[in-house]
Amino acid sequence: MSTARPRTMFEKVWEAHVVERGTSGAPDVLYVDLHLVHEVTSPQAFTLLAERGLPVRRPDRTLATMDHSTPTWISGTPMPVIDGAAATQLGALEANCARHNIPLHGMGDAQRGIVHVIGPELGRTQPGMTIVCGDSHTSTHGAFGALAFGIGTSEVGHVLATQCLLQQRPRTMAVTVNGALPAGVTAKDLILAIIARIGVAGGTGHVIEYRGEAIRALDMAGRMTVCNMSIEGGARAGMIAPDETTFAYLVGRPGAPQGAAWEAAVASWRTLPSDAGARFDREIVIEAETLAPMITWGTTPAMGIPIDAPIPDPTATDGAQHARAIAYMGLTPGQRLLGQRVQTVFIGSCTNSRMEDLRAAATVLRGQRVASGTRLLVVPGSQQVKVAAEREGLADVFRAAGAEWRESGCSMCIAMNGDRGAAGEYIVSTSNRNFEGRQGKGARTLLASPLTAAATAVAGVITDPRSLTPSTFTAHAA
Amino acid sequence: MMHAFTDCTARAVLLPRDDVDTDQIIPARFLTTTVRSGLGRALFADWRTLPDAPAESRFALDDPGVQGAQILVAGRNFGCGSSREHAPWALTDWGFRVVIGASFADIFRNNAHKNGLLTVALHEEGLATLHRLLRETPRAAVTVSLREQYVTVGARFRANFTIDPFARRCLFDGVDELGYLLARAPAIAAFEARGAWTTGAAA
Ligand code: SF4
Repeated sequence: MSTARPRTMFEKVWEAHVVERGTSGAPDVLYVDLHLVHEVTSPQAFTLLAERGLPVRRPDRTLATMDHSTPTWISGTPMPVIDGAAATQLGALEANCARHNIPLHGMGDAQRGIVHVIGPELGRTQPGMTIVCGDSHTSTHGAFGALAFGIGTSEVGHVLATQCLLQQRPRTMAVTVNGALPAGVTAKDLILAIIARIGVAGGTGHVIEYRGEAIRALDMAGRMTVCNMSIEGGARAGMIAPDETTFAYLVGRPGAPQGAAWEAAVASWRTLPSDAGARFDREIVIEAETLAPMITWGTTPAMGIPIDAPIPDPTATDGAQHARAIAYMGLTPGQRLLGQRVQTVFIGSCTNSRMEDLRAAATVLRGQRVASGTRLLVVPGSQQVKVAAEREGLADVFRAAGAEWRESGCSMCIAMNGDRGAAGEYIVSTSNRNFEGRQGKGARTLLASPLTAAATAVAGVITDPRSLTPSTFTAHAA
Repeated sequence: MMHAFTDCTARAVLLPRDDVDTDQIIPARFLTTTVRSGLGRALFADWRTLPDAPAESRFALDDPGVQGAQILVAGRNFGCGSSREHAPWALTDWGFRVVIGASFADIFRNNAHKNGLLTVALHEEGLATLHRLLRETPRAAVTVSLREQYVTVGARFRANFTIDPFARRCLFDGVDELGYLLARAPAIAAFEARGAWTTGAAA
C-alpha cells in the first residue's frame, strides 16, 4: 500500500463530494447533501425554476423554515406579520414548498425556528456532509464536522434544480486554541477574540478548522457559536472535528441515522478528523488562558476588545475607518465601556439562542431584576428551545426578571420583522453583526456573550460578568 | 438570465471606504421583496442624503452629477457580511456594471459575477492612485476592459488586474451556470447512485 498523503478534514469532505472535477480553471461540481431554505433568499430562486420549467431535484435533501421576517412578539396566539411584503414573502415560501414537496416548518409548526438552530436540533446536520443555505451563517453547521457555507440566491436556484454547485476550492486555515478558557470567558468571547486578531477579511478565501484543547472542551452549542461567526472573519466556513461530544449530541435525534445505520455512520465519522501531518495554508495559535470576556465598540465584528480595556485610538490603527466607527457609536477613544448605559439587551440569534445560552443567561438573571431604563428581550432560537426553556423554568426566570420572552426567530438580529432598536440607542446583543443600522437605523450594537448581556441587563450598564460571584457562571462555560 | 459583460467607459462614483458591508449596500428592511428588480432605490439607503445637502456631507450617490455612472470605486473588503444577492441586484439596478476595490468578500464576488456585475481587485497602490485621481477629477471617464484586464483613465492612469479565468469566461460569454450544471445531470445521477459518500436525505 502506498502511504496516502495526510489530508485535512476539509479536503476529505470536499473530495468526497466532487461530482466532476473542473478542468482548465473551471470550478469543481460539488454535490450538496443538505440544502436549507428560508423565506428571504429563496423566492427569486423558485421564480428562476418556474421560468425554466424545472423541478426541485431532491426535495428530500431540502428543508425549509421561516425565521427572518417572522414576528416574535406575541406568545402563543397567531402573530401579526409586520407588513404586506413580509406576509407575501412567507406566503411565497409556503406555496413554493407545497408545489415542490419540500418539507417546511412554517408558522405554527412546533419544529420551526432559526434555520441554523433547527438543522442541528433535528439531527439533519451531520458530520461529513456538505450543507448550504442562502445565508452566510450557514458556517454554523461546521461545528459538526460538516462543510457548510452560505450561498447567494442564484446558487440557491442551482442547488434546487441540480443539488450541485460550481465551486472553486478554498484554501485552509487552522486556528488552534490551546489551554482552557478562564471562568466567565465563553465560546462567544473566544470567537470575538479570534476575529479581532485576524480581522474581518482575515479568513477570506479560506475554510477555518478550529482545533486544540479549548475547542475540544466546548459543548456543541459553544462549537456552533464559534463556527457561526467564521463568516465575520471573512471565512465562508468553519469546521470542528466530530468527536464523542458530537455523537452524544446527535444520537437519537429524528434526522440522525438509527440502529445499525447509526453505528456505521459513527464509524465513518471517526475517519473525518484531519490526519496527523495534514498541511494548512495558514495557521494561527491562540492561548485560551490569555482571553477575557470580549465586547465590540465599533461597527465591524473585528472591532472587539477585552471588556475592561480602553477603546483603541484611531491614530493607532488605520484612522478614518476607525474614527467613523467611533463617531457612529457615539464613543470616545480611550474610553472604557464598563459602566456605559445601555437601553436594550438582546439575547438571541443563531449565534447564542440555544438552551446552553439561555441557561447561562438565567444563572445571572435568577432572582434579579432588569434595571429600570433598560429592556431585555430573550428570543429562543427555535420553538423546541422555547418549549424546553419553559419546561426547565428558564422562561419564568426571565419573566420574573422583567424580560420579554418571545416566540423564536431572528428577531432583533436583523431587525426586519418588527423587533428593532431606536436610533442612538445602545444595544448589547448576543448576535453576530454590529454593522451600522443592523439592529435598526442609527442603533448602536455592542456584541457580547450571553453572560455579559445578562449581567449588563441587570446593572443597566455594561458589566463584566467576572465581577459577579464566580459560582454564577463556573458551571456554564457555554 | 446572464448578460455578457462588454468593456465599459463611464463615470465613476468614489466610495473610499473599507469593509462596506451588505447591510449598508441594502439594509435588511428592503429584503422582504420577492422579486429582484427595482432595488436601486434601496441602494445605500441609510447613507443617502438630500441632493441639496452641502457638498462635503453629501453622499456620493446623491451628487446630481453622478447620473450615468457605471463604475463604483471602493476600498478593501467590499461586500462583507451577508449572502444577500439583493446587494448586486441593487447595484446593477442603480446602473453599476463594475465595482473596483482592493478586495471583495467571497460570497459578494460570486453573487456579483452571476449578475453580470464585474468586480475588479486592484493592488493597493494602484487603487490609491485611482482614488486620488477621482478626487481631483470626479467626472473623469474610467475605462474597464475585461477583454484585456485593465483599468484606465485616459492617459493618466493604467492598472492591470487579474480575475479567476472561469469567472472571466462566464462574464465574457454570459455563460449560463445553471445550464452548465443541468448538462451534468448524468454525472450527478451516477454520483447519487454510488451513494457511498454520506447520509443526509430525509428518511
Ligand atoms: S439570527 Fe441573524 S444571523 Fe442568524 S440567520 Fe437570523 S438574521 Fe441571520
